[in-house]
Amino acid sequence: MSASSTSAVMSVPRKSSVAEFGMWVFLVSEMLFFSVLFFGYLVTRLHHPLGFATASRHTDVVIGSVNTAVLLTSSLMMALAGRSAAAGARRSATRLLAATAVFGMIFLALKGLEYAHDAQHQLVPWRDFSLAFEPDAAGARLFFWLYFIMTGAHAVHLLIGISLVLFVMVGVARVRHAIHVELIEVTGLYWHLVDIVWIFLYPLLYLVSRS
Amino acid sequence: MSSVISMPPAASELAGHVDALLWSVTAITAGVAIAIIVLLVTFSIRYRRAAAVDRMMRDAAGEHRHWLEITWIGVPFLIFLGFFFWGARLYFSYESPPAESLQIYVVARQWMWKIEHASGAREINELHVPRGRPVKLVMTSQDVIHSFYVPAFRVKRDVVPGRFAALWFTATRSGEYHLLCAEYCGTDHSRMGGRIVVMEPDAYARWLESRPHESSLASRGAAKFVTFGCSGCHVGSVVVHAPDLSHLYGRTIPLADGSFVRVDERYLRDSILLPSKEIAAGYADDMPSFAGRASEEDLLELIEYIKSLAPQPTVAGAGDSP
Amino acid sequence: MSAAVSSMSYLGAGYSLRSWFTTRDHKRIAILYAVSITVFFFMGGTAASLIRLELLSPHGTLVTAETYNKLFTAHGVIMVWFFLIPSIPATLGNFLVPLMIGAHDLAFPRLNLLSWYLYIFGALFTLAALIAGGVDTGWTFYAPFSTMFSTSYVVATVTGVFIVGFSSILTGLNFIVTVHRLRTPGLGFFQLPLFVWAIYATSLILVLATPVLAMTLVLVAAERLFGIGIFDPALGGDPLLFQHLFWFYSHPAVYIMILPAMGVVSEVVTCFARKPVFGYHMMAYAIVAIASIGFLVWGHHMFVSGQSMYAGMTFSLLSYLVAIPSAIKVFNWTATLYKGSISFAAPMLYALGFILLFMLGGLTGLFLASLALDVHLTDTYFVIAHFHYIMVGGSVMAYFAGIHFWWPKITGRMYSERWAQFAAVVIFVGFNVTFFPQYILGIEGMPRRYHDYPSEFQVLHVFSSAGAAILALGYLLPFVYLAWSLRFGSPAGPNPWNARGLEWQTASPPPQENFPTKPDIPARPYDYAPEPAAAPS
Repeated sequence: MSASSTSAVMSVPRKSSVAEFGMWVFLVSEMLFFSVLFFGYLVTRLHHPLGFATASRHTDVVIGSVNTAVLLTSSLMMALAGRSAAAGARRSATRLLAATAVFGMIFLALKGLEYAHDAQHQLVPWRDFSLAFEPDAAGARLFFWLYFIMTGAHAVHLLIGISLVLFVMVGVARVRHAIHVELIEVTGLYWHLVDIVWIFLYPLLYLVSRS
Repeated sequence: MSSVISMPPAASELAGHVDALLWSVTAITAGVAIAIIVLLVTFSIRYRRAAAVDRMMRDAAGEHRHWLEITWIGVPFLIFLGFFFWGARLYFSYESPPAESLQIYVVARQWMWKIEHASGAREINELHVPRGRPVKLVMTSQDVIHSFYVPAFRVKRDVVPGRFAALWFTATRSGEYHLLCAEYCGTDHSRMGGRIVVMEPDAYARWLESRPHESSLASRGAAKFVTFGCSGCHVGSVVVHAPDLSHLYGRTIPLADGSFVRVDERYLRDSILLPSKEIAAGYADDMPSFAGRASEEDLLELIEYIKSLAPQPTVAGAGDSP
Repeated sequence: MSAAVSSMSYLGAGYSLRSWFTTRDHKRIAILYAVSITVFFFMGGTAASLIRLELLSPHGTLVTAETYNKLFTAHGVIMVWFFLIPSIPATLGNFLVPLMIGAHDLAFPRLNLLSWYLYIFGALFTLAALIAGGVDTGWTFYAPFSTMFSTSYVVATVTGVFIVGFSSILTGLNFIVTVHRLRTPGLGFFQLPLFVWAIYATSLILVLATPVLAMTLVLVAAERLFGIGIFDPALGGDPLLFQHLFWFYSHPAVYIMILPAMGVVSEVVTCFARKPVFGYHMMAYAIVAIASIGFLVWGHHMFVSGQSMYAGMTFSLLSYLVAIPSAIKVFNWTATLYKGSISFAAPMLYALGFILLFMLGGLTGLFLASLALDVHLTDTYFVIAHFHYIMVGGSVMAYFAGIHFWWPKITGRMYSERWAQFAAVVIFVGFNVTFFPQYILGIEGMPRRYHDYPSEFQVLHVFSSAGAAILALGYLLPFVYLAWSLRFGSPAGPNPWNARGLEWQTASPPPQENFPTKPDIPARPYDYAPEPAAAPS
């Protein structure tokens, strides 16, 4: 099917398949979906610079940074899996897809740990918010609500991505079927979007006012 | 029974200008509509299937067609620009209350309008104003978004909780006019109406005097300035370094972050509710917030009191921030 | 006798419910949508009828204020999201786009079926909320009323709308990929019928705007459930942030509702004037211009809200700019009639009605785009009249035009022309009697969403309600004669209108695979030539 065309993919731009085109369109809609949260963050930060600065010093920059490395690595695994699949290397592709999913699951596990820590440190703005007596507590509250909603939405998308990767991996592992390269490419696109969203979330939520 | 089509009277200075724009736009759009309708009907009849008419398209190359298209794009574009400029200029007037406006406060809540005159007079769902003098309303809401609408003055402004909204007019005809809420605000939105009563200046003065004796907003504010504890820091405190509020209103002051701000109603209100937001240069971020403790009426009274400490005539223009 | 519905047609390929509910055929999915939106149209119409009944008297007691507020909310929510937005794209678009480009189906047939299921699931969700007690925020869900003060089923309703939003996004995605990739070889973009251009541009808006609504509704739900405070001034939030986010979607949404209608009108007018459309390229560019500029004008819903004066001026200017491509379309349709050979079957009556009523609605948009006039007219019945002229006088009439025009293709039957023409006239008259008085009400200062109103407005309200009765009758008629035609209508051939367009080159109704033989691609779209006129007698 596309095995010959994909070996030339490095040198010659090729027309994307119908499924890939569809996924690109879907990714655009996902970007607009997240853009609302980024816009809300921007507007709220302009109104509450002090509260945002205070609150963002309380996010767990260690877990956040480790998670960023984890997710970037998973994207690398995904990209390599795509290459292996295109070259027909079934076992390699299966392993790389598994690695992608595993790194994704590590991210989610660390995220869960981070949420638990946040709750422990009373950073959930529901009741007994530990920053309630800081100046601009309203801003600090809004920061943390946005933090939970943005990372929560991201986590949901990551979970969907992991499910897709596992589903595709099972398909690749079936020896009697041809490798569905297109499906892996399309899953890869989705995975990379989830990664890119995080790359924007990370500095906004973890690196503000930490200098 | 009033006539079927009864335009509310043009009872404010701007209303006449708005009506001029309204009828001009109506005339031009009606003209276009009639022209298109005539063409549609004419073509439908003349070129109906059964009609034996010449259907040869002579201008097959389309030269005349280009001129036609350029015209029917260019002319509407110019007309639209005209509408835009006229409307924008008039709107600029809406957003520029005169300096000598009589300022009256409005607090909206579900489902009533509370009017607070500076003199201390209070009204519910009624607003008495003098004819011929600019009146500026500084409005806020206690709960949801409402909208202060006086069709006869052709003015409307959403009244948003958490901020001040300004609306101004100069009434030109004495009489009574509908006050209507124009932003859906819940169950009794359609019953949140009232009336604007425009009186001749001397009648208005008599009306003000006849009000049951109320202390002015500023004097009530002076009392609250003490009971809320403001004077503890802002008047001659040895312990706390807080800004002196006399002769403050209307000035432009530097802020701690290097920017400048004009001390108007908006700044005073925000300083009381969100003191950390715009700290004056040279002062620490020590002031507590009175959010939840000071009601909208309290805030108005405190603001009026602080205004009274700067007795020069102030330039109006507070309420909407760009 | 069943010549109209041969066993080879898409209607004959399986008669079980299962064959319908698990179909991947775009034509069957179109029918599923058509039936669903019709049900919702009547629900929304019932709410409207109750509203107009209540407004017959200024201090009416037919319903309580609370019920009235729930009625206009239900009317808006149902009509916008469960009728208008899906209407032409999901019914006529689904059925015709593959046919018009010579394809077998859409790019992603199973995704298409999923879109319908998402639509039904979301709609039922919201319907449940409406039945359980309703929502009283208005379809615009303004904060802080919707987030902090309403005691109605806001979260359930916005959840339903959220789900339906994904139906919209996936449908739009499907059309974009289909138009780009599945055109039959030799069919370039500038050979496509304007209906396809219209669906394509609409799909761009569906994909780009709907996600913004979805996330905004998530924030509303979060605010309501957890008090996050992003729209609440007491917690440091901003009610105007909601308005910006909401209208960023909801203004382009109105172009979702009108662009497909414009596409239908171009197809019908060219066929019944027997003439190519005047200025095909300009018409296509105008469609794209409307879709693009339409993303830049949302602030004209907020001229009196407290946004800055300079923002207001910018939005006002852009709103005037977006009117220009719409004007171009009206002029071009009119010019298409010039030296045409015009007949007045029901689709053409509806299309002509569209041109007139859309023009009137669009012209009143010029009033609202002017900052100073909008101060007086916003939030009054003038706005209600404006958008009903465009959405009902425009979109709904165009939808009816399309349903009648393509009825023979979809069902294989002809409807009763006399009844259809009669219904079109009744609808046109009823519509104008209902909505024209509302312009006057608005100029006179009658606010919207008013259950109780000052008594001087009663005469115009009575006129309007009388018109609504006529309009309701008009809408019931097609329901009857179209249903009748399914059983008793005369069988239609492949091309009863002698129209151009690839869809007419296959049987009526089409076989499941659409084109058993490759269709002929015309050199240019709408290559009509006037038929010789009847000899003068």
